Amino acid sequence: MKKEEIPQDLSALGKITKEVCYATDNNGKYQTGLSSGWNVKIDALDLAWSDIDKRINAAKQRVLNNEASPVYFFMEYRLMDLSLLADYTGFWQWQIKRHLKPEVFKKLSANQLQKYAEAFNITVNDLQTLTVHED
Amino acid sequence: MTSKHLLCMKTEFEHRQAAHCESGVTSNLLWKASGGKITEPLAFGIGAGLFFAHIPLIKINNGPAIAFRTLPGYIFSRTCKSLNIPIVKKRFFSTESAETFLRQQLDKGIAVGCQVGVYYLPYFPKEYRFHFNGHNLVVYGYEEDKYLISDPIMQDATTLGSYELQRVRFAKGALAPNGQIYFPKTNVTITDEQIKQAVKAGIKKNVYNMLSIPGYFAGVAGIAHTGNKIKKWMDKLGLKKAGLYLAQLVRMQEEIGTGGGGFRYIYAAFLQEADAYWPGKGLSEISATFTQAGDMWRTAAVQAAGIFKGRLTTQQDFDKMGDYLIAIASVEKQAFEKLKKIKWD
Repeated sequence: MKKEEIPQDLSALGKITKEVCYATDNNGKYQTGLSSGWNVKIDALDLAWSDIDKRINAAKQRVLNNEASPVYFFMEYRLMDLSLLADYTGFWQWQIKRHLKPEVFKKLSANQLQKYAEAFNITVNDLQTLTVHED
Repeated sequence: MTSKHLLCMKTEFEHRQAAHCESGVTSNLLWKASGGKITEPLAFGIGAGLFFAHIPLIKINNGPAIAFRTLPGYIFSRTCKSLNIPIVKKRFFSTESAETFLRQQLDKGIAVGCQVGVYYLPYFPKEYRFHFNGHNLVVYGYEEDKYLISDPIMQDATTLGSYELQRVRFAKGALAPNGQIYFPKTNVTITDEQIKQAVKAGIKKNVYNMLSIPGYFAGVAGIAHTGNKIKKWMDKLGLKKAGLYLAQLVRMQEEIGTGGGGFRYIYAAFLQEADAYWPGKGLSEISATFTQAGDMWRTAAVQAAGIFKGRLTTQQDFDKMGDYLIAIASVEKQAFEKLKKIKWD
């Protein structure tokens, strides 16, 4: 890649920091240059997120339909799976599977709720009321 | 070094932005000892950072597990080992002992590298926060309960609260850092001769990793293997999922920290710098081949984008995509074979 070809499309990261790229000058010598983003990878990231958003919305609907507990929603919202959530909370995966049921979730102790809240970096109240704060 | 009743402490460390986190951290931690000679490309090359692997059966974020670089942690360790620099590297069972140890080093005036997860890294934009635990940053001081952070991919130095830092140092999941901290033992000087020998060792290691590593899914053979797999993705996965897979390939190749072209440009820059230590070995010419490989990776990314944006929808488009990778494999194979044939003195 030539230095003047370093793409300058504005990505989500580009608003916060430019990225260092390695590119050649007219004599073929490598230099660093800054890029604010490249449409090809912006599109790749957008696609990944639109897929994630679909999963999050589907999870939300299942909770609203009382088919799953808020733990299920926040697990999707935080891009976690059972194994990762088990690592963060210290629960076994089979325990978490039970907690995904609305009726079991309602009986969780304050201590258990707190563990989930910490894993999801939210408050217990947010967890119980399905409240999302952008962070 | 300044200290006010140990409420704040700032080590002698200069933040310098880099393309890639670990080679940037390595270069920055060795900056003083080497008199600025261990640049990011040198750290990347001496650490034998270039790689390709497409791990079968494992899925990351519901997509293929593809890596363009060596495993996290290796670049720092290999670079220091090749330069004969003793290092300290530690993991912890408890968050308290991890923070105590960190403070002790900072109080001694030592800036340290930390492996962290990016998901809960507050200064990263939300779009970039995935559960990826192979990120690296330098902690170079503290001011009361804020730590001074040099994250090489950011233009400027930043800070993290004590809890924020603890959270990312103890991120969970694959490659969990467990508070991993690392730094070169102080009072080392790095000579040109050491760099010269380390360059040779790094190239040899990388030649092995790309040409001879066992496993059909790694090294240059792995690139061709993935190329052949891509040709079957449309039938096997359907257009939509195949598009998501290709998007993941592009992200691993181009996203923050690769310097562009799946690290091939950083490696080309390394070989150019290496030529100054080993003149007459043809390293500059081989560097140009890696530039070509990087350009080819980017051309392939444009093709991939055509597919995942729904513009290209036929089997021929997937065949073309796969053929790009097969061509890249052959270019990189030739380049590494030339590196392999070099007669070092």
